[in-house]
Amino acid sequence: MSAPGGTLLAIGTKKGLWLARSDDRRSWSVSGPHWLMHEVPSVAIDTRAGRTRLLVGVRSEHWGPTVAHSDDLGQTWVEPERGAIRFPSDSGAAVERIWQLQPDAPDRPGVVWAGCEPISVWRSDDGGEHFELNRALWDHPHRPQWGAGYGGAAAHSIAPSPADPDTVHVAMSTGGVYRTTDGGASWTARNTGISAYFLPEPNPEFGQCVHKIARDAEVSERLYAQNHHGVYRTDDAGDTWKSIADGLPSDFGFVMLTHPTRGGTAWVIPLKADGERIPPEGRLAVHRTTDGGQTWTRFDSGLPHQEFNAVLRDAAAVDTADPTGVYFGTRGGEVHASADEGASFTAVAAHLPDVLCVRAALI
Amino acid sequence: MPGADLTRGADGIGRARSADDIEGAGGTVTVVLPRMLVDAAGGQRRLAVALDAGATVADLLDRLGEQHPRLERRVRDEAGGLRRFVNVYLDGEEVRGLAGPATPVRPGQEIRILQSVAGG
Repeated sequence: MSAPGGTLLAIGTKKGLWLARSDDRRSWSVSGPHWLMHEVPSVAIDTRAGRTRLLVGVRSEHWGPTVAHSDDLGQTWVEPERGAIRFPSDSGAAVERIWQLQPDAPDRPGVVWAGCEPISVWRSDDGGEHFELNRALWDHPHRPQWGAGYGGAAAHSIAPSPADPDTVHVAMSTGGVYRTTDGGASWTARNTGISAYFLPEPNPEFGQCVHKIARDAEVSERLYAQNHHGVYRTDDAGDTWKSIADGLPSDFGFVMLTHPTRGGTAWVIPLKADGERIPPEGRLAVHRTTDGGQTWTRFDSGLPHQEFNAVLRDAAAVDTADPTGVYFGTRGGEVHASADEGASFTAVAAHLPDVLCVRAALI
Repeated sequence: MPGADLTRGADGIGRARSADDIEGAGGTVTVVLPRMLVDAAGGQRRLAVALDAGATVADLLDRLGEQHPRLERRVRDEAGGLRRFVNVYLDGEEVRGLAGPATPVRPGQEIRILQSVAGG
């Protein structure tokens, strides 16, 4: 650990934001709640541009959603006077929830992406203070046929390519994976091989319920997907996907994480099934591959012996340390941290509201 | 004028006065906010808002948005719809039961904004 400020873990919940700090990623001091009684479905820790900026996509049940930021680790928050993220008036739409806040590559400081409900993708060029709707995806001819998962219809995963600033992958529920290679001017569905068993035609061009995608650290054309049943990998930037679910106790779940620097390494947290959204046998475990999904290893050291709460799609994250830290929270309000790439965990917090998102960074 | 504060007691809570008591009250309405929205209105709980003849609830919110955009955002979304769990009462009647945002507002009326029961 070389970061002078240690590790910061941001925990977004159903009723506010908590911040945890640690020097060794084993013992943690937790502060909060910030944004009490606000749902926090998205958070980002942007360490580019020589500062640590916290971005939160908050939503009040009464007063609606917005994006706010803090440059002093949550002591004060700035909500842009005119609102950070608002649909243009001609769209006739209104932001319901900010599902994703994703800083772009390190060499593109200032660029931050947002994924929202209704299904839409937004880009900020000023560090998340103002976002602009991506019109090409909003006007996509498929949009009338995109649907809503249980949690709402949202673009929940945005994976910019560090190798090519014009290439971005987006995943939505339901709709599947879409890719732009021209900087967002056009988008094409990229779901061949991903099943949509809940549709009359189980292999459609689009309509899949992809729960999360993550890009490989070393091969930019390689991505991983946790689907609504199905775990997949693509080696051709989404043109085709193949199953990598063999070796997992279940192919259902929400989480997909990739290593920040090492190719072929990814983590999932399986749940038993669509109709039984609990850890298999009530035993919570993280599964890691180091060979691109050919084999998986189960880890549960330090985790509760019994757990019947799910881990949601953004309630898991990695940091950029070596060895990499792995973090996740449950809908039961427990948060776990691993300082050894998932091999063992220690508890960060318990009895919080439902954990909706976590993000970690060295500061 | 938009955003003008009315009278406040020692506890900081505005005391009810009829709009007719306000200097230059012709064409003004009184907006009463819940405590949770006071910060978004620059610390004010009661606002006097001048409106043109024939104005509606939507026009009123437009005027509020010019002076207090954070307040207006909390009451309605960018498509113009009142937020689901925000109720706007015009002289005690919830505007959804009238003509919604198109409800006419007359000088001297009181608009009370309240959060409804929501959450878990």
